[in-house]
Amino acid sequence: MTPPPKRGVQALNEALHEIFGRRDDVYLFGEDILDPYGGAFKVTSGLSDAYPDRVITTPISEASLFGVAAGMALRGQRPILEIMFGDFISLGLDQVVNSISKFREMYDDQVTVPMVVRTPMGGRRGYGPTHSQSLEKLLLGIPNICVVAGSECHDLGALLIQAVEDERPVFFIENKLMYGRVLRRPEDGHIAELAVRESDGPYPALTFSGTDFAEASATIVTYGGMLPVVLDAVTELILEHEIFCEVVALSQLLPMELDTVLESVSRTGALVTAEEGTLTGGFGAEIAARVQAAVWSDLRAPVQRVAARDGIIPSARLLEDAMLPSVDDIVAAVSALEGVRS
Amino acid sequence: MAQLAAFYERMFFIRRFEETLLDLFSLGKLVGTTHTYIGQEANAVGLIDHLDPDRDVIFSNHRCHGHYLAFTDDAFGLLCEVMGKAPGVCGGKGGSQHLCKGNFYSNGVLGSIVPVATGIALAEKKKGTGAVSTVFLGDGTLGEGVTYESLNMASLWQLPVLFVVENNHYAQSTPVELELAGSIAARGAAFGVETAELDTTDVDLIHSAAGQAISRIRETSAPYFLVLNTYRFSPHSKSDDQRDPAEIEERRTRDPLLIAGARLADDERSAIEARCEDRLAEIVEAADAAPAAAPEAA
Repeated sequence: MTPPPKRGVQALNEALHEIFGRRDDVYLFGEDILDPYGGAFKVTSGLSDAYPDRVITTPISEASLFGVAAGMALRGQRPILEIMFGDFISLGLDQVVNSISKFREMYDDQVTVPMVVRTPMGGRRGYGPTHSQSLEKLLLGIPNICVVAGSECHDLGALLIQAVEDERPVFFIENKLMYGRVLRRPEDGHIAELAVRESDGPYPALTFSGTDFAEASATIVTYGGMLPVVLDAVTELILEHEIFCEVVALSQLLPMELDTVLESVSRTGALVTAEEGTLTGGFGAEIAARVQAAVWSDLRAPVQRVAARDGIIPSARLLEDAMLPSVDDIVAAVSALEGVRS
Repeated sequence: MAQLAAFYERMFFIRRFEETLLDLFSLGKLVGTTHTYIGQEANAVGLIDHLDPDRDVIFSNHRCHGHYLAFTDDAFGLLCEVMGKAPGVCGGKGGSQHLCKGNFYSNGVLGSIVPVATGIALAEKKKGTGAVSTVFLGDGTLGEGVTYESLNMASLWQLPVLFVVENNHYAQSTPVELELAGSIAARGAAFGVETAELDTTDVDLIHSAAGQAISRIRETSAPYFLVLNTYRFSPHSKSDDQRDPAEIEERRTRDPLLIAGARLADDERSAIEARCEDRLAEIVEAADAAPAAAPEAA
């Protein structure tokens, strides 16, 4: 029997309850996370009532909270730090760059720092320039951390439990729109009309195909909250342009492992990257560099990147829409690839 | 008397260890940088005598050698680490400022260690170990905002943190008058943290005050803010010193080694010093002969 449909916030909340029940070394820190409020996005609902000694509401001190969590982790605990908006990770970056990511290697593997930073990223809710960003790319240049961002087609709860069990520091990126959306897991290898494969490993990638993994015109690699936008574009490309694409939705952004992308590109010969963060120095730039170096001879066109414009995310709806990458942007990027129309 | 002799031996050894590092730099046997503890030895020795290396935790800063030696007595591991030798306590990866051994940690970004020490105290309190988490700050660290966030949380959550401010009156080259407003001790008191301040280089007085502070933490599991006004005779790191030589000379009249040494018989003091010199010479020879830290063969 198929389980009832579940929204993102519910999957994450159930996973937190499960891991708290399973391990008594798990702690949760964050602002406004206590019941009955249960966190700004309600992901922590019910936890402080169930585990009052291990759910700790904090002052608004992000810069220090990253360090407090690191200290807990150094001494054998499993702290989860909720940062209310992903935009605020900038406050903790000194700890991430100079402490959390360094301790294990610079102390010659005498310690580990098994901590999770959970934080929501993403726009399209009118929150404006400092509450809407997708700052994952700031983390992608930091060695020795793990960055995980599930999509609405991933098993979000399993990803979160895996992150807590991980010996490495993990940034767990949640997308704000995903909290309210119904998750869609593959059934009989399909989601809607698309065939879906899930890779092995702790943080799997999903590959979607409209041709049952026969040849296709292009691969689109994306993650997190951009997946539904990409899937809408793929549907439009099929229905209105008769162009078939594969989509790879990564959940492990760092360390960057691109086997699934390379495999897909071997069938499609072209790559488009799609991310909600700003263009320059981003996720797509790193993937483009790696893919062209690995499979230059398989590519028949330059890698195209779809991303937010390099600027702020305005509050007003139409201005925000113009800033963020859209279905039209993805359709245009795929259509512009050389040889895409047979 | 036996206690004072032991303190003198630890202080003298730290002094000579640090002087030896500066000599090794001159000989080209050390590269990188170091921040010596010369002049401040009574703080580490007097305070750390109350800590249990098997239970308590220290997080130190860039000027960490004195704390490390007083807590671990691992001079060979430290010297190898600073010299980039394979037997170094962190395999040569950390160097002078980034040490880890057992319950001792240090890191080189001012302020960043304070919240980590606060988290360590929270972990130890939750585990019920009774450990005290000691963090060493300087007057310069008081410019970093996370210091105050940490004081707030340590007080709010009643965590067993000993905040030790070693005010050596200079942040690198900048005198404290140009970097700090208001009172140092009032900073702890403002957060409701019990506070004490000393203006001495007498190891016995520091030992006594630190003993009271640590006893209070063990009784109450609450934080404590201990200000130790001190002075470093050596430059910030190696040769970067523009202080008035007369000021340094005046401070040398209160050298912690002079104060403690004057209370020992001459022959006892000489025996201690000779023992330290012998031990140090052996360690330098062994470290010099140790293999360089190198990447593992593929």
